[in-house]
Amino acid sequence: MNEELIISGRENLMVDPQLHIWHWPIPLYLFLGGLAAGVLFFAALFYLLGKEDEYRSAVRRVPFVAPIALIIGLAALFYDLNHKAFFWRLYTTVRLESPMSWGAWTLLVITAVSVIWCALNIRELFPRWDWKYQWLKDLETFFNKYKKVLAWVMLIYAIITGVYTGILLSAFNARPLWNTSVLGPLFLASGLSAGAAAIVLASKDRKERLAFSKIDLIILGVELFLIVHMFMGFLASTQVQIDAAQLFLGGQYTMVFWIFVVIIGIILPGILDLMELRGLHIPAVIPGALVIFGSLMFRFVFVFAGQVSRWLY
Amino acid sequence: MRYAMAVDTKKCVGCSDCVVACQTENDVPIGYCRDWVVETMDGTYPQLEVELRSERCNHCANSPCVRCCPTGASHFAEGGIVLVTHNKCIGCGACIASCPYDARYPHPKGYVDKCTFCHHRVKEGMKPACVAVCPTKCMYFGDLEDPNSDVSVILKKRKSKTLIPEAGTQPQLYFLI
Repeated sequence: MNEELIISGRENLMVDPQLHIWHWPIPLYLFLGGLAAGVLFFAALFYLLGKEDEYRSAVRRVPFVAPIALIIGLAALFYDLNHKAFFWRLYTTVRLESPMSWGAWTLLVITAVSVIWCALNIRELFPRWDWKYQWLKDLETFFNKYKKVLAWVMLIYAIITGVYTGILLSAFNARPLWNTSVLGPLFLASGLSAGAAAIVLASKDRKERLAFSKIDLIILGVELFLIVHMFMGFLASTQVQIDAAQLFLGGQYTMVFWIFVVIIGIILPGILDLMELRGLHIPAVIPGALVIFGSLMFRFVFVFAGQVSRWLY
Repeated sequence: MRYAMAVDTKKCVGCSDCVVACQTENDVPIGYCRDWVVETMDGTYPQLEVELRSERCNHCANSPCVRCCPTGASHFAEGGIVLVTHNKCIGCGACIASCPYDARYPHPKGYVDKCTFCHHRVKEGMKPACVAVCPTKCMYFGDLEDPNSDVSVILKKRKSKTLIPEAGTQPQLYFLI
């Protein structure tokens, strides 16, 4: 049999023997960004649909998760930079070709919008809140007047944030596992399902919980479809893509992907949601926590496995 | 102007003098390298074929690293040389992940580092350190748009290949085969 043996004299740290430039902060940030996007998407959507009172947690309470998640995520990103003193260079440039550049600007917008949204709903958590200074009160009146516009901006930027976390990876042609356009919608779906799960976890209203269990079930179905779709695409593509898919179909990431991401993170909570909707009483914390765990694992598995996948020459 | 390099895989003996020359010339930190020698052995014993390649950044004409850089630190200098401006680089690692040749690495000082085609020497009319030092004279450097440059002449005379052209990067490092 013809065999090829490749010996390279290169031993660069974090690049050889296989790329490992991105560690835990990146998948953690991708997860938190997706979660925040999901939470803000539902808040804006149901506010615009006029269901503010019906889905009180979704519109008014759970959004408080978003700025916290975004700020932790941004801190993780900053921690991961190797040349930290120059991080501000991100905000002196706009490069639409680079997902990381427009993503950085998107993050700036979505973080600001989420903070304003939470400020408008602050009395939900602290009923006796007082803004002390007149200019803050004026700002509150101003944003309350344009709350609908704010909600539209939040809705659109939530979608951009959710998709961007996937596009960030799919733009890398050098890593065949990431280089699939399904990754954008897949990361958006994963973020939305985590957002819906967070609402199920936080809501005290059974009707709201059931509604979001239903939404979660649909999104989990879409996610599963997109995953199957992704593998079909890989297996029908070139050798490097087939090799990338093999990482999950017998290769080193098979167990962790199918057990933690697909079974525990998608199928099991899907079944539990279904049981709940059929009238069986399932504690909401179980499917909710499983979906969030699955979403987190998905980012970790994908970021690490993607760095293993490569072109061979 | 379009700078390019050609490496003769039939003449290279894999001595790694190019690697040491580069590390010395460019003050590359210990344990890192901007160029390196790859040895591939192909076939079934006893019909084996060995190929030696002195590899480095391909200074691609369609370079994913320049495209994905969020701050514009990675850029094209004259002649298509891909360079990194140190005080614009935030060390995010996007360019490192984007390179199918893994030619970049994070410098211990924080910014991302790689082969510069010895830009500082080339603009003075000298050859890159690796080319200048090669004891078998297996490397050729020059302007592809000048038909009389070393690299144009040898590429016309000999068969050559580039590495993973199917990645769409339009690499400018040629290997004579």
